[in-house]
Amino acid sequence: MPHTPGPTAAVISRLQSALPHAAVITDPTRLATYDCDGLLHYRVTPAVVVLATDAEQVQLAVRCCSDAGVPFVARGSGTGLSGGALPHADGVLIVMSGFRTIHEVSADDQRAVVDPGVINLQVSQAAAPVGYYYAPDPSSQQICTIGGNVAENSGGAHCLKYGFTANHVLSIDVITPDGEAVTLGQRAPDAPGYDVMGAFVGSEGTLGIATSVTVRLLRRPASVHTLLAGFRSTDEAGAAVSAVIGAGILPAAIEMMDALAIEAAEAAVACNYPAGAGAVLVVELDGPDAEVEHEASQVERLCRDNGAFEIRVAADDAERQAIWRGRKSAFAAVGRISPDYIVQDGVIPRTALSEVLHEMKQLADERGIRVANVFHAGDGNLHPLVLFDETIPGQGELAEELSGAILDLCLSHGGSITGEHGVGFDKAPHMPKMFSADDLDTMQLVRCAFDPGGISNPGKIYPTPRLCGEVPGKRKAAHPLQQTGQADIF
Amino acid sequence: MALFDALREHDIDARAAVPGDEIDGSLPRLITLPADTQQVSTILRTAAADGATVAVAGHGTKQTWGTPTGAVDVVVNLSRIDQIVEHQPGDLIVTAQAGVPLAALQASLGASTQRLALDEMVPGTTVGGLIATNPSGPRRLHAGTVRDLLIGLTLVRPDGTIARAGGKVVKNVAGYDLCKLLTGSWGTLGVITEATFRLHPVPAATRWLTAHVPDHDLPDLLKSVMHSQLTPSAVEVDTNDSSDGHTQVAVLLEGTPGGVDARAREMTRLLAHGADQGDAGWTTHYPFRLGGTQIGLKITCAIGAVTGVARRARDLGLHVRGSAGTGVLYAAVADEADLTSAHLQTLRAEAARAGGSVTIVDGPRAVRAALDVWGPVSGLRIMHRIKDEFDPDHRLQPGRFVGGI
Ligand SMILES: Cc1cc2nc3c(=O)[nH]c(=O)nc-3n(C[C@H](O)[C@H](O)[C@H](O)COP(=O)(O)OP(=O)(O)OC[C@H]3O[C@@H](n4cnc5c(N)ncnc54)[C@H](O)[C@@H]3O)c2cc1C
Repeated sequence: MPHTPGPTAAVISRLQSALPHAAVITDPTRLATYDCDGLLHYRVTPAVVVLATDAEQVQLAVRCCSDAGVPFVARGSGTGLSGGALPHADGVLIVMSGFRTIHEVSADDQRAVVDPGVINLQVSQAAAPVGYYYAPDPSSQQICTIGGNVAENSGGAHCLKYGFTANHVLSIDVITPDGEAVTLGQRAPDAPGYDVMGAFVGSEGTLGIATSVTVRLLRRPASVHTLLAGFRSTDEAGAAVSAVIGAGILPAAIEMMDALAIEAAEAAVACNYPAGAGAVLVVELDGPDAEVEHEASQVERLCRDNGAFEIRVAADDAERQAIWRGRKSAFAAVGRISPDYIVQDGVIPRTALSEVLHEMKQLADERGIRVANVFHAGDGNLHPLVLFDETIPGQGELAEELSGAILDLCLSHGGSITGEHGVGFDKAPHMPKMFSADDLDTMQLVRCAFDPGGISNPGKIYPTPRLCGEVPGKRKAAHPLQQTGQADIF
Repeated sequence: MALFDALREHDIDARAAVPGDEIDGSLPRLITLPADTQQVSTILRTAAADGATVAVAGHGTKQTWGTPTGAVDVVVNLSRIDQIVEHQPGDLIVTAQAGVPLAALQASLGASTQRLALDEMVPGTTVGGLIATNPSGPRRLHAGTVRDLLIGLTLVRPDGTIARAGGKVVKNVAGYDLCKLLTGSWGTLGVITEATFRLHPVPAATRWLTAHVPDHDLPDLLKSVMHSQLTPSAVEVDTNDSSDGHTQVAVLLEGTPGGVDARAREMTRLLAHGADQGDAGWTTHYPFRLGGTQIGLKITCAIGAVTGVARRARDLGLHVRGSAGTGVLYAAVADEADLTSAHLQTLRAEAARAGGSVTIVDGPRAVRAALDVWGPVSGLRIMHRIKDEFDPDHRLQPGRFVGGI
């Protein structure tokens, strides 16, 4: 068993005496199951895991950490793709997935009040009987938690029209890193004071732990229209997307897949997309009947004008699911055509789509590596899947390098290094490419206000922690991956 | 005046304040008119060295908002930093400097049939003032408020540091979302000099329907409007005609001409009570006069509680108007003597029960000094700490915001 430093050992015994026996895990084999999130290649075993089921337990765990200056990391379902929930070797991992009651669904107020461990999809399921739903729909919605969504400001295919988690959260109960319980926001909009809640959303667990979330529910649209269009090339499909947006239409979703992604999806789920397509678009329109009908015929025409050779419209829910199946399976599906792959997440201005895809292909060709593209075309959020074979010497490094070059490409077009998967541990080194030292310093003023000791999910988002005024000289140790030379902060 | 000389040395347009330059009744020492972000930075750095307090002004349309403060030393007037930097219609984004008047921005965007989906509630508002005070109107039901549309900004910190947050793409989760933190921060954390917004297309058809609804029918009627699938862009109420036991209701439908026609028929049926296409110009005006001559309140509550809260406010003699669809109401106090601290407390208790709050938006200086402008604020401790980090010497608009921030 690895050596546990004194303060951590003291925290463990305090947790063991204060919490139910089953809620505190120290058994190494059980601890190991929490050593990574959805980004499998970074692994750190936490010193101890707490399975929290209510706010008091979370508060207690955080207090123990705060008193001892020991780091803690919150974890929802561990589906994050940027190593956000990567544990700290000397720290406490607070697992929220068992803290999962839906307390209220109100159609009158268009609100739901849920525990942080509630699964995203369950909110919509609970609201369905009264005709409402929760709009942010990450592809992982069957497994990811609302707390994780809040931390990552998660989006989904439909955020083109409806926005991200940040646009749908009204109030969050938080345990701050010093162990205090505070409510940010209120059930009504525009709580007086700073929009601290707005800053908390997307803070990736670095400002404390969410213990209750009040979300906005939306009325189900009267009509949903889903269309699949096959094009010869991504250029044509991209032009169709621009034409749709240019016509003043705001679809609920516009998703694109290129030939390689289609090939993978066919192999995995036999989605039966148009044969010979160099790209497909999935366009979904929703809203009042007459509006949707009108816009649907416009979208169809614009697709054809831009080269669509086949268009299919879902006649019912089953056909809609069939169209989405290919798209939703895409990440996992590339496993069928490549032994290993990296899921990248970058954003570009939509108008640069075609140029970026060509440049990306060039980068990939130069390295002899294939890249499949699946993305939220409406808002320029790319998910390049970099395919490689770990058994071929050097390919892993090359793929990693290409993946980084793709982010540089996004930035050179005025984009972002992440549209929805977050910075986490993985992309912290890329932050200085997007932001100046002063920009990062300014963001971390908020960190210092919440967590001057830097104990809440340290080592994430920011490559270099800011020293906060109140605790001079109290520097956190280097991340274990740095110490072992497996990862480098640059 | 050392500060003055220092600024002139940097070729910054500065002058001593003269009568007429008062901010909320107090005369500052110095008025500065920076030409760009760099000059704002120089001014703030110089002011910091001098320990001078600083206030920001755009067109000065909301200076009678917030808690009254003492005189500040330096006013940073952003009205010359007024360029639209970049409008990318294909990406539905615009970058504009803080001094651009909202109306000018909308006019320019309109040429591409796009808009920043916000109402101009305060005539003359500039982009910077809009972000700093986060006002909202009827269309907030459709697209939210500044916080939902602001995707990037340039900020000058009180020590002169220039920082950017967010970016130029709508979807972006890199780093903390300072755009939201700065929205509605009343100039107390830094000076915003440039902002990037997400845009929406201007709908092809727009129609307001209005109805004169008996108060006893109002709760059910609002419920059925909100529960309909007709996606109104605004659902507004006004209690001005309450003497005859009625409330004015206005619903905005936007979309394609055919779609709006079809929905208008259904909505007319839902609204009943002789609903018709009507003039709803009142919806984009607060029910109170601006400029410190009348007390204006903002009352928020859960959507389902709007009629109850509005009724309570009306019973206290207030004229209530606002977004029933989102639970954000505004109220005018006819005579300042009518709003006692006890009334305010009653109203605050009522709003709090309904998940909301009551703040004083505008009003005579003496009233804002005597009454609690902000009411109870949850999370105040963390807000103080944020202020302390951004502005450790409390030199930016000291005392104007919640909890003496
Ligand atoms: C197949 C697949 C598809 C995906 N598709 C999408 C997509 O379409 N859109 C999208 O945005 N994301 C997507 N993701 C990423 C991921 O699902 C989201 O980031 C999700 O919000 C993470 O939720 P989680 O419960 O798994 O959180 P975790 O991975 O456990 O944690 C994520 C972060 O949240 C923090 N955290 C967790 N709970 C709390 C809490 N209660 N309080 C404070 N911080 C907390 C953690 O510390 C960590 O930093 C996908 C992932 C997979 C595997």
